[in-house]
Amino acid sequence: MESLFSGDLTFVTFFPLLGVPLIIALSILYRESEESIKIGALIVAIVEFLVSIPLYINFKTGFAGMQFEVETPWIQSLGISYHLGIDGISLFLVLLTTFIMPLTILSSWHSIHKGLREFLILMLILETALIGTFAALDMILFFIFWEAVLIPMYFIIGIWGAERRIYAAIKFFIYTAFGSALMLVGILYLYFYHIDHFGTPTMNILDFYKLSIPYFGITSPQGLLFLAFSIAFAIKVPMFPLHTWLPDAHVEAPTAGSVILAGVLLKMGTYGFLRFSLPLFPEATLDLLPILSVIAIIGIIYGAMVAFAQDDLKKLVAYSSVSHLGLVMLGIFVLNIQGIEGGIYQMLNHGLSTGALFLIVGMIYDRRHTKLIAEFGGISKVMPIFAAFFMISTLSSIGLPILNGFVGEFLVLLGAFRLNYIYSALGATGMILSAVYMLWAYQRVMFGPLDKPENKALKDLSLREIMVLLPIAIMFFVMGIYPKPFLSRMEPTVRELLKTKFEEHIALVDRDSGFVIRPHPSSAKRITSHE
Amino acid sequence: MIAWIILAPLFGALINGILFASGLSRRFLGGSEHEEKRIVGIIGCGVVLISALISSFLFFKLEALHPQQKEIIQELYIWIPSGDFAARFEFLFDSLSCVMTLVVTWVSFLIHVYSVGYMQEDKSYSRYFTYLNIFVFFMLVLVLGNNFPLMFIGWEGVGLASYLLIGFWYDDPAKATAGRKAFIVNRIGDFGFILGIFLIFFVFGSVNYQEVFKKAIDPEFMSAIPGVVVTTIALLLFVGAVGKSAQFPLYVWLPDAMAGPTPVSALIHAATMVTAGVYMTARCNVFYSQSPTAQAFVVSVAAFTALLAATIAITQNDIKKVLAYSTVSQLGYMFMGVGCGAYAAGMFHLVTHAFFKALLFLGAGSVIHALGGEQDIRRMGGLRKFLPITFITFLIGTLAISGVPLLSGFFSKDEILSALYERGYTIHWLIGLITAVLTAFYMMRLYILTFGGKTRMSEEVKHHIHESPYSMAIPLLILALLSLIGGYIGIPAFMGKILEIHDSNLFEEFLGSSIFVKWVQPEEYYLFGHWTLVEFATIAAFLGIGIAIFMYLIKPSLPETLAKVPVISTLYRGSYAKWFVDEIYGVAFTRTFIVLSKDLLWANFDVTIIDGAVNGVGSIARGAATLLRTAQAGILRFYAALMALGAVAILIYMVVSARF
Repeated sequence: MESLFSGDLTFVTFFPLLGVPLIIALSILYRESEESIKIGALIVAIVEFLVSIPLYINFKTGFAGMQFEVETPWIQSLGISYHLGIDGISLFLVLLTTFIMPLTILSSWHSIHKGLREFLILMLILETALIGTFAALDMILFFIFWEAVLIPMYFIIGIWGAERRIYAAIKFFIYTAFGSALMLVGILYLYFYHIDHFGTPTMNILDFYKLSIPYFGITSPQGLLFLAFSIAFAIKVPMFPLHTWLPDAHVEAPTAGSVILAGVLLKMGTYGFLRFSLPLFPEATLDLLPILSVIAIIGIIYGAMVAFAQDDLKKLVAYSSVSHLGLVMLGIFVLNIQGIEGGIYQMLNHGLSTGALFLIVGMIYDRRHTKLIAEFGGISKVMPIFAAFFMISTLSSIGLPILNGFVGEFLVLLGAFRLNYIYSALGATGMILSAVYMLWAYQRVMFGPLDKPENKALKDLSLREIMVLLPIAIMFFVMGIYPKPFLSRMEPTVRELLKTKFEEHIALVDRDSGFVIRPHPSSAKRITSHE
Repeated sequence: MIAWIILAPLFGALINGILFASGLSRRFLGGSEHEEKRIVGIIGCGVVLISALISSFLFFKLEALHPQQKEIIQELYIWIPSGDFAARFEFLFDSLSCVMTLVVTWVSFLIHVYSVGYMQEDKSYSRYFTYLNIFVFFMLVLVLGNNFPLMFIGWEGVGLASYLLIGFWYDDPAKATAGRKAFIVNRIGDFGFILGIFLIFFVFGSVNYQEVFKKAIDPEFMSAIPGVVVTTIALLLFVGAVGKSAQFPLYVWLPDAMAGPTPVSALIHAATMVTAGVYMTARCNVFYSQSPTAQAFVVSVAAFTALLAATIAITQNDIKKVLAYSTVSQLGYMFMGVGCGAYAAGMFHLVTHAFFKALLFLGAGSVIHALGGEQDIRRMGGLRKFLPITFITFLIGTLAISGVPLLSGFFSKDEILSALYERGYTIHWLIGLITAVLTAFYMMRLYILTFGGKTRMSEEVKHHIHESPYSMAIPLLILALLSLIGGYIGIPAFMGKILEIHDSNLFEEFLGSSIFVKWVQPEEYYLFGHWTLVEFATIAAFLGIGIAIFMYLIKPSLPETLAKVPVISTLYRGSYAKWFVDEIYGVAFTRTFIVLSKDLLWANFDVTIIDGAVNGVGSIARGAATLLRTAQAGILRFYAALMALGAVAILIYMVVSARF
């Protein structure tokens, strides 16, 4: 048992599944009480969070490789193994998942009216699948988890969603499944490529890192592989112009679904870029860098401008996600420490701040059964505590210093500046635009006269709702005021990734001293050594 | 030690916010509203007094230090470490931040005390003090931070406080909009600022003041850096300053910011926050001193702003609007000072302006408070009989800002004008003089229409009128005293020599350790000497005052007669409409943005093109499926026929492709 509490990845990954029989048992034992299964699920999620904390505490700082590794052969003849492990990139994504999940369950206390038991079971399955995705180090295992995420999410949107839930669920499913199919082809190609070159079958991701796949343009093997993986990830992120499934899924999904979707699911895409696209296909990444950066920047500006046009608060937050994730992607593509660290930090920020905003939208939706901004106005008068939380989340989302959002935004833009100051300047317009649409939305909902009779009797947040938002609000401040514990755990892994895969690029970008006007990295000499 | 200056207001905000503004104490501890307000007021003012006392103590400690090492640094911890980038939570107390801290804490304290009386009847009293403390906290981070990101925290933080306080009475959509406008316009400035920080890091490999400035004055290091880079840094930072300190073209938020409670206008939108840009320029004097292009740009923008705002101020009828445009104009003076390299002169005007403009705003607040919310000077007049303390203090403020000799504004404005002239900015100097005439004119006009002549108030208002309580009167008196004598900390060297007081400018000498590039006055022949320049400035002040007295006191019918002259009436309408700048921006930016966002990108591009394509692919798939489905209609004979056809096709293929 000792190892369970010193951080055991298998236990952390599969513990939520243990909750499934528990919930079934509870629902049989206390047939008439829904309360018992809710409490059961909540306790499982909280314990899950607690057992994931040792991963943070026992995580070795200053160490770049995989930690808490578990490896057991699974299908030996095919080289498939059960292989988990986390490094500075995935550690906080696992923690983000375990942190958000109990809050999500607590937030849906009164908002799920049918099939509560099934809903909770799906949520717990989803948690296992998500953690598995971030922790898997075997391609096949990863792919299984990746696909396993899709199923519970599909049902959560399709069963507990709003009117157009079927359309949204199918759109979500087909879009992502399309990406997965491409990725599967890519995985198989890598597998056979490895056999051809080393003679041994393996699905170990770390083994694939040692491959160097020939690159001579986009139609070369590496180019095509890069596309196969990256399109799958880009859909998930979602990057412009593959984003239109997201607003639909968000608008239709129940609050809990939206929170998990925005908070964690989208990070599967950005994580995929860091775990697969960059280290496996460095030459393709470098070559396509300008295009990818520009797409990311379009996403920042476009997402923000379209968010401004929305009348539905939830859709507005959904489009703001497109903008924020554009910033994450920009950070990843600038290929320097500040950019990538900022990108990872921004993933966490987005998970928290957008998660909080979706929870907030859910809270007024529970009260008023509408998300249309025009239906509100002057709510601050009757819901002052809600107003405070909404304001803090808004400020976090628009990157106000001393809150978390600023640290990520600052690092990404700083990193971008070192690559190309125009990227940075264009990306920084997101800073202005986010204030434009978020504060405008806040004003229309919270300020002005309280003139709608339905709004006059609105109750302020209950203790339960405060307990949902308070932990996130505390994290806003912690991550904004003291980001060091986070950044110092990411740094070795990020540095290692850059050093082993993009060394010449780094030599160009990293300063030694003084003022050097460097050539654009895409014109730099490529690393073209092949085995 | 330094950290406590900053932390005290933060604790005040936390206590007042979490305990009182949230309603927790009312819910669990009970207590009457009156009692609660007293505690909130004491906490709110008390924490700022603590900051003020500590900073005064540190001032003496700083004075005792060796002139070469006049700085106290306190490091707390590393804030953002990432690769070769590191930003620390670290505070610097040198002569420049000392001046700012003293002004900020003491003026804040007076205004906090004033607010106790002014806001007494407001339901959101505790929320008000929470915001006000938050402001002081961020303002102190801004001036005491020892690196650019830390300054940026304060920079955005005061913007937040300003946003919250302008929209304090958020029921009124116009006020909420004014707050939002302030935040967004400021963010446009911050956009430039943050890019400036990036460029500084890019060039100097650090964001820490000492490290950056040390390299920036090192000729060897700078020889490798193209001049255009330094100019770019200076101008990017100046974009930030233009936003925060309300210079053209981003000044439009400040007049609207008057929607906030009047003490807020006094503190944030006159005395302290809006001067942050001036502080920043003075702090980064190394960059500006090395870039004549940037200097010329700053001085020109500043001169234009000063004149533009003054031309608007002369026709406004809202007492706070006049003061708001006056603030924009005076900020222009400060930037002319720091922009031409006379950093001490600019900072000096910042200090004296903090005194007399805070005084004028608080006086205006006292008038508004007494008249039950009336702000239109056309419905005032003759108030000197009803509000004796406000009247006398407001008069002192008016004379001080006009530059009447021996009052504080006289010394500081004169310093700036002389510096402009001596450094060759003759045209800017002339603009400064014209602005000085206008300043004296609109201030005297404001004063006469408010306090002088016969009253134009309704009987009902007259009935309720009352002088303000002590908590409001005492800050007025203290600020009036400061406006009278505050100028003596910076008597110009040439005056001091003759009057045998001190043979150098004390203020300039004190700031010396923070100004890295010293300006040496060239041994040139000037057309005008020091005293002539002083005479010009004095004439300008009296000219403006004289015209105002003639127009509004001696011949009150004159303004109306003048308004009938076609040219003047056109000018008058233009000035009264603020030269239509807001309207132009509305069409050029706001309207364009909305059309672009709603009609073009959202309705047409996102829905029709992108999602249309996605759904189109879906429809094609469905269409193909429908087509194929007909093949599976369950008719056995059709299947048999297809099978036979297929078999034949395969046979043919085998026969054809077989090799003989």
